[in-house]
Amino acid sequence: MSSEPYLLPNGRVLRYSFRERLVHWLAGVSYVYLLLTGLAFWSPWLFWIAVILGGPTISRELHPWFGLVFVVGVSLMYSMWHRQMKETPADKAWWASIGHYIRNEDDQIPSADRFNPGQKLLFWGFFWNGILLLLSGLILWLPQHISWNLRFLRLAAVFVHPVCALATIALFIIHVYMGTAMERGAFGSVIRGDVSRAWANHHHHTWYEQLLRNSAERK
Amino acid sequence: MSQAATELIRISGHAGVVPGKGLNREFQVCKLVDTTTCIGCKACEVACLEWNGYTFSETTFDNTYQTMPETAWNYWNLIKFNEHERADGTMMLLMRKDQCMHCADPGCLAACPADAAIVQYANGIVDFQEANCIGCGYCMTGCPFNIPKFDPPSRKVFKCTLCNDRVSVGLEPACIKACPTGCLHFGTKSEMKELAETRAEQLRTNSGFQDAGVYDPAGVGGTHVIYVLHDAKNPELYGGLPKDPTIPLSVRLWKGPLKWIGNFGIIFGAVGVFIHYLRFGPKVVKEDEQESHGGTQ
Repeated sequence: MSSEPYLLPNGRVLRYSFRERLVHWLAGVSYVYLLLTGLAFWSPWLFWIAVILGGPTISRELHPWFGLVFVVGVSLMYSMWHRQMKETPADKAWWASIGHYIRNEDDQIPSADRFNPGQKLLFWGFFWNGILLLLSGLILWLPQHISWNLRFLRLAAVFVHPVCALATIALFIIHVYMGTAMERGAFGSVIRGDVSRAWANHHHHTWYEQLLRNSAERK
Repeated sequence: MSQAATELIRISGHAGVVPGKGLNREFQVCKLVDTTTCIGCKACEVACLEWNGYTFSETTFDNTYQTMPETAWNYWNLIKFNEHERADGTMMLLMRKDQCMHCADPGCLAACPADAAIVQYANGIVDFQEANCIGCGYCMTGCPFNIPKFDPPSRKVFKCTLCNDRVSVGLEPACIKACPTGCLHFGTKSEMKELAETRAEQLRTNSGFQDAGVYDPAGVGGTHVIYVLHDAKNPELYGGLPKDPTIPLSVRLWKGPLKWIGNFGIIFGAVGVFIHYLRFGPKVVKEDEQESHGGTQ
């Protein structure tokens, strides 16, 4: 964590800086486009999505370019967050109490740092699947340049790409649900950037404590 | 079908049998390529270009008579040449006319995501409808014969149509019409199969080709282009004809089980989070909550 003032003068806590929010939405918006066009190519029953997004030919044309935008977003996220996303020994206890987390028995859950282990899973899930999606996607982008001798690459790509995409869809459903409906205040944190002190204390107690200690040291 | 309107089943005041009653017309067409009588003249290559309106392309010389290494988006018919040295030291020049095989179970069609970009007719012809092609190239991956080819400027994929436009008006494909040796035949699948088997038997008994046989691979449900080969046990010798072609496993997994698992997963996930919300609701933080965590640490 930098020397950025996380404890805001108005009594609120800065959860995500402007840069973090921007990068989040760079990845988020490009992912939604990739998801919609990808679903159109995934199932004939969803092909209409490509039609309303400007036609299937344009969707096929733009999908790889949006893929590159998404990769840029994920790479920036990696550079910003990979240290904070490192697994710690304390994560095990958190996962052990995942049942309490799901049932909203929040007083039974070990306190979390800036990112709780579930968020770490989301991050690394998108990161590793993103790498595989990029590699398989490059092959699917330009199949005419993969010679017949290297055909196994194309055959692997047509399978790996949807498998990894489905993995990210699973993460995405949970992420969107938790970020909007389930965790009140979370969506605002990635739009305006701030949360209340009570929110920070409740959901990311370890992180909040550290913020308090840091600000006390500075004084 | 149109024949149904001309086939009689009852005739009033008519003595004797109803002419043509019970007639069964076979719709399945087939091209027979007898590699043992091909002389490699390439008349079929030229006829294909002429009929389909393509100009002759740049050729690639690689120390054989072959026009180019493989078929191209605007070169659908290519004779593959192979100088094969047999076990007894004698040499054979193997020539095989390569083109779309028009599989009964087409891998291109299975892999294609675009609505109506690939169709299969009742006569067995598998045809690309370029107006609907989105240029993804999945057909190139689904095909076990390396036939569909991508054209970068138009961003569409092309291949042999088995001269669907000619066949549909009762003509034989252009390549068949051009063949001077009669190594190319066109007719119904059963006729061609019979002719091919007769020729293979001839080769086995009269010409000393013990392994002569017919190439009509079952792995893709049979094809609407079949070959007579001197050595049916080694089809690879004929310009890389695959021994046991099938729709690739990864394509079958992707279009089969993965589709069902994926669809179920997505619906289960979406419904699951909704039910979670109904059951447990949101995590709400009371703003007057004490500045100490209630947790176990």
